[in-house]
Amino acid sequence: MIAPPVISPNGMEVVYTRPQALSSVDTHYCPGCTHGVAHRLLAEALDELGLRERTILVAPVGCSVFAYNYFEVDACEAAHGRAPAMATGVKRVNPESVVVTYQGDGDLAAIGTAEIVHAAARGENITTIFINNAIYGMTGGQMAPTTLPGQRTTSSPDGRDVELVGYPIRMSEMLATLPGAAYVVRRSLHDVSNIRKAKKAILTALKVQLNGLGFSMVELLSSCPTNWGVTPDRALKWIEENMVPYYPLGDYKISDAVNEMKG
Amino acid sequence: MAREMLKGNVAIAEAALRAGLEAYFGYPITPQTELLEHLSREMPRMGRVFLQAESEVAAVNMVYGAASAGVRVMSSSSSPGVSLMQEGLSYIAGSNLPCVLVDIMRGGPGLGNILPSQGDYFQMTRSAGHGDYRPIVLAPASVQEAIDFTVLAFDLAEKYRHLVYVLADGQVGQMMEPAELPPHQPIKERPDWALTGAKGRDKNIVSSIYLKAEEMEQYNIMIQERLEVIKASEQRWVEHETEDASLLVVGFGTAGRIAYSAVEAARAKGLKVGLLRPQTLFPFPEDRLSELADSIQAVLVVEMNAGQMLEDVRLSVGGQVPVDFYGRMGGTVPMPDEILDAIERTYAKISPREIA
Repeated sequence: MIAPPVISPNGMEVVYTRPQALSSVDTHYCPGCTHGVAHRLLAEALDELGLRERTILVAPVGCSVFAYNYFEVDACEAAHGRAPAMATGVKRVNPESVVVTYQGDGDLAAIGTAEIVHAAARGENITTIFINNAIYGMTGGQMAPTTLPGQRTTSSPDGRDVELVGYPIRMSEMLATLPGAAYVVRRSLHDVSNIRKAKKAILTALKVQLNGLGFSMVELLSSCPTNWGVTPDRALKWIEENMVPYYPLGDYKISDAVNEMKG
Repeated sequence: MAREMLKGNVAIAEAALRAGLEAYFGYPITPQTELLEHLSREMPRMGRVFLQAESEVAAVNMVYGAASAGVRVMSSSSSPGVSLMQEGLSYIAGSNLPCVLVDIMRGGPGLGNILPSQGDYFQMTRSAGHGDYRPIVLAPASVQEAIDFTVLAFDLAEKYRHLVYVLADGQVGQMMEPAELPPHQPIKERPDWALTGAKGRDKNIVSSIYLKAEEMEQYNIMIQERLEVIKASEQRWVEHETEDASLLVVGFGTAGRIAYSAVEAARAKGLKVGLLRPQTLFPFPEDRLSELADSIQAVLVVEMNAGQMLEDVRLSVGGQVPVDFYGRMGGTVPMPDEILDAIERTYAKISPREIA
């Protein structure tokens, strides 16, 4: 349901309201989960660029499996990890549409590594929002390919042992090596300043798609207070203290064409 | 249109193109790769979408995406590749989408070999991956049938919003025969449930998830009711010399075609033998088989597997007559004379005096 327009009672300018692209429903996410923030940023960006009616969202398997209930756009539910392939099919037969995949770290960095690598390699004109919270949320807190060394999860109860299972994967760095990847950046949602930067990156990524410049991805360091076993505000600190050093924020790929577009 | 010499795989590809195929996503695998290669040339030429995916897993999910967008879309593969597609096919089945898949079966299990086989009958007729679902399955025995059934597959897929398989073996895919291609159909309009962007309408969602048991059961009931309609209306088969037959031979695809030669040879020897060749494996022509069970004395099922359609034949005749089996496996294609031997062995059990 699209939110009704906000009418200010005494002539004051409305400066903050629910984006049209964000459905007027309560989400099921945990208190303190940064999915809420990420959803809002994406919805704002779609509204600002006037893309709501052209957008098709591909939802993952993970906590955000019901993302299609939270956006006022056409949407489909992909199999685990397969969103980039499904998005390829959707976009190639709807070339005028804006196709966005929204994926977690199990979806994108474990089971879906082939699909994201090849979508990026082909330079598919889709945009991926990659929610990296270093854990498998929906299934109750198992180890993810992005779980940090020593981090305890339900399937690494003594902490991630890099001797046994290797080091976490830095997906942005990896995908940036592919020529078809036009815009690959990592941002974070742990404080206001970084949230603002994340919003800008999402806008840029969508513009990359609008200009047909290739594959765009915004990796967002996110929190999972429930499965990390900490309070929401402690979780945000945990991102800053532990995730950012391993997953440095920054721009990993900006193609020449994207630079021209930005400049 | 004129008849021309066509290879099965190429004929299927061209037939799909003429049926208004808008998108094809596939992966090379012997013995069907010519289908992908033909479309790699022709689809771009006609402004349609072609993409060779990185795997059959990716291909079926690209198909799932395009099917969600409401276009005529297809993939093709062979046994090991079709195994990889099972997850995607289940999602397509659970999302109430029309879709066509061509399977050119080869020797198995495992990597097997690239020779013709019918070893995936169970896999293709019992379900679409996990879950309660029966795809419509069409089984051509000639290049002409491969063409006709490909066109029919798209029509049935759309009519019922259902998955339709064209199930052939490597022989049908590889052989060349004279056949006639249909004229080109125009591209269809997108249905109103399709994902095209929510412009001026409420959003469309394509999903196979129903968390509440009551809702999941309702979806399944809807599918089961649809299957009853399909069973009542879409059974297809051909018969040869069944009116006075004592022994009925039943075979599909290449096995059925070769069995026909054996049936003719048996008739020449004075044996009262007939053939029933199912063209739809789902819905299986159970009604006609049940009817024939009243007049025949025995059935011989001939397959290029260890006995899979055999079970559907046994179910159909309901124990009224004995059902024998002759099969070859591993990519072996039987010769007419070995089927004739099997016919005579079965026939000897029912009418010993009629063997010369």
